[in-house]
Amino acid sequence: MSGNELAINQPEKFEFSGENQKVIETIIAKYPTGRQASAVIPLLDIAQRQHDNWLPKAAIEKVADILEMAPIRVLEVATFYTMFNLKPVGKYFLQVCKTTPCWLRGSDDVLKCIGDKLKISNGETSDDGNFTLLEVECLGACVNAPIIQVNDDFYEDLNYENTSLLLDNLRDGKPTKPGSVIGRNQSENIDGATTLTTLRDTEGAVPDFLKTET
Amino acid sequence: MLKDEDRIFTNLYGWFDGGLAGARKRGDWSNTKELLKNSPDEIVELVKASGLRGRGGAGFSTGLKWSFMPKEVTDRPHYLIVNADESEPGTCKDREIMRNDPHKLVEGCLIGGYAIRACAAFIYIRGEFYNEAQKLQAAIDEAYDAGLIGKNACGSGYDFDVILHRGAGAYICGEETALLESLEGKKGQPRLKPPFPAASGLYGCPSTVNNVESIAVVPTILRRGPEWFAGLGREKNVGTKLFCISGHVNNPCNVEEEMGIPLKDLIEKHAGGVIGGWDNLLAVIPGGSSVRCIPKSICDDILMDFDSLMAVKSGLGTAAVIVMNKQTDIIKAIARLSYFYKHESCGQCTPCREGTGWMWRVMERLATGEAELEEIDALEKVTKQIEGHTICALGDAAAWPIQGLLTHFRDEVEDRIRSRKKGLVELQAAE
Repeated sequence: MSGNELAINQPEKFEFSGENQKVIETIIAKYPTGRQASAVIPLLDIAQRQHDNWLPKAAIEKVADILEMAPIRVLEVATFYTMFNLKPVGKYFLQVCKTTPCWLRGSDDVLKCIGDKLKISNGETSDDGNFTLLEVECLGACVNAPIIQVNDDFYEDLNYENTSLLLDNLRDGKPTKPGSVIGRNQSENIDGATTLTTLRDTEGAVPDFLKTET
Repeated sequence: MLKDEDRIFTNLYGWFDGGLAGARKRGDWSNTKELLKNSPDEIVELVKASGLRGRGGAGFSTGLKWSFMPKEVTDRPHYLIVNADESEPGTCKDREIMRNDPHKLVEGCLIGGYAIRACAAFIYIRGEFYNEAQKLQAAIDEAYDAGLIGKNACGSGYDFDVILHRGAGAYICGEETALLESLEGKKGQPRLKPPFPAASGLYGCPSTVNNVESIAVVPTILRRGPEWFAGLGREKNVGTKLFCISGHVNNPCNVEEEMGIPLKDLIEKHAGGVIGGWDNLLAVIPGGSSVRCIPKSICDDILMDFDSLMAVKSGLGTAAVIVMNKQTDIIKAIARLSYFYKHESCGQCTPCREGTGWMWRVMERLATGEAELEEIDALEKVTKQIEGHTICALGDAAAWPIQGLLTHFRDEVEDRIRSRKKGLVELQAAE
């Protein structure tokens, strides 16, 4: 349960862009007639993306209006789910996982690096407005721990040094490929996959099992 | 060790094209129309015969769960709900299916949906998996364009939709009824059962909620025959399983293995062994954070399946193996999990809302030793008062890691309290 509160400084108005209005129509159409409330999370997500990665009160009310929901119901959703930011965040929103699997692999070092370099702690934004740090719970990529989620992307297999490099690259606007930062492909054993190696030549096709079955 | 030709997720590591063309090479969608010539009941029977048990944690028979759905569609449509809210600490297997082999899931939705006479499948994916959702949506779009789903899916005469729905960050939405609430546009707070989803689920309609892996293995099981799947593993614990090995191993990884593989083989053959060697192993959490940890003495010869782990009062859960070596402060490791459950409690039931915070605060003090010995018993008692006294299993999940710690590492907890007291006395004497 997140203890989110609305930001003090609020814009007066919020309107979805023309493009987003079209996207919203297609999203609402995915759910059965009369069940448009199902679209509340997707719509809040679109609003947040349009509004520098945070949700103003006016956007919450706008979504309520579109979905014919009581504004309090939409506010409940916006405050319940941790991915909705109710206050402004930096250009790079750093979400550092520190649940046990990441902690065992050194998430404390990742946090220390962020503290040392950016002089911010949990919930704070750097002076230049570029970085906001949030300590989060399990991001679901535990065999690639420790992990930072930067906006939509996961950066994996981190330690103090390569976190430092990642932050430098972000600050300098140098694109860094998401995923493992130590050159690992995905989630296989880094010393070489222990399975599926015999299927490499067949592009993963299992040889002829259909023929052996009746 | 399982042979590669018996592995279902042959693109687990994303080496190959995850799109439709690549999926077809791997056998997906090859004879779906033929499979759909079976009646829904026949498919349910085949899946029952395969012995498939749910891969999301509880290990309930998938076929049996499907059989609870009404046999006729009346005024309320049926829905298949796929639980892709993968958030159990240690678990990262569904992510690989969705980003690397999404067509296995989409095809599984069609076949599973047909078996329960559903008109649509909703896949509820955790919000943080943004890139994975893009890949899965691309696969769904491809399947629509190729006529594999939608009107007259695969030319079977059956109409079926697949809708991807992103969540927004809430572990509790992995609980099936919280997931349904969330999908309806509400806070993710679990519902009282009964009614069970098969009677009244999404929008009050008959629904079945299945894990991603459970659904994604179904097409292959039907193609190769239930006897093939049932022939792997051991009785009542059959088939293949995705394992996620994290923590203090040399090479953490995901791997598909035969159900019932010895834990030691899993760690040594696939994950490069424990850091510092097998003798440096302290404990393993074998099934995601919610199950009780097991000490090295049990790890030495335990088999990784539902019943073996149940017999040692732990569980296979999601088969997420979290390894801790002897350099681990295990009290702190479990305290960290207690914080997780406090953070993720939905706040609906008092024992969980208040209890998770209380347990976490005590655990933090046990980790530093700033506690009295009597508090250990008090803590254990509180875990029992939370367990089984809440609407959903989050309360149980918060209690079990602590119970596991106190069962197997009580000495360590007591030692820390004693040594801190001793340190304080010595400090006073020195002054």
